[in-house]
Amino acid sequence: MSQLMLTYSLLVAQVLLGLAIGCGALRIFLGPRAQDRVLGFDTLSVNAMLLLLTVGIRTGEALYFEAALATALFGFVGTVALAKFLLRGEVIE
Amino acid sequence: MNGIEHLPPWAAVLTAVFLLTGAAVTLIGSLGLLQLSTFYERVHAPTLGTTLGTVFIAAASMVYFSVLQTRPVLHEVLIVVLGVVTTPIALTVLVGAAHFRDTAERAQLGEPVGRALPHARVPGDAPTGKAG
Repeated sequence: MSQLMLTYSLLVAQVLLGLAIGCGALRIFLGPRAQDRVLGFDTLSVNAMLLLLTVGIRTGEALYFEAALATALFGFVGTVALAKFLLRGEVIE
Repeated sequence: MNGIEHLPPWAAVLTAVFLLTGAAVTLIGSLGLLQLSTFYERVHAPTLGTTLGTVFIAAASMVYFSVLQTRPVLHEVLIVVLGVVTTPIALTVLVGAAHFRDTAERAQLGEPVGRALPHARVPGDAPTGKAG
């Protein structure tokens, strides 16, 4: 019974995180200015990282944890690089 | 191949509650990103997902794998620490860039520069746009 509840709550959590990714993507498409799009990208990468963790619980494999860690790292590096580009027009000075 | 059927009921319920709470909090933060009206308000909303949502989902993963493998599995702490440390840095740089762009645009339009930050106005500064 509780196992069934866990299966369904995994499904619901995946749907909710998918909707959150959709919100980030919509902000990337709608964003009136460039900084809104960068913020949408940051949100999207964090939500994708959480979705990878959820998929890892669902399949029971530890491999997804490493993918989630890499996604978090690349999301941070990408956001900082894009913000630096907005600030100066160059990424590396 | 998952081991949900080998999980004791209390661990299954705890994992489910943590997962649903984390996912719901993350979705609320992302909806805030979509709904709020100005950029400086929108910056605040997704941090709900990067802090509370990450903590809850990492806790769910830690409970699940620790109970299944009958040993403490703590490497999800790494993701939580990474998120909590990197998010303020990235958003501070981003808001600095946004404020720089807003200030430059306002100066180009000839409006007073220091409306958002009063100390940014220099006393003897002639407004741009007038040829001097």
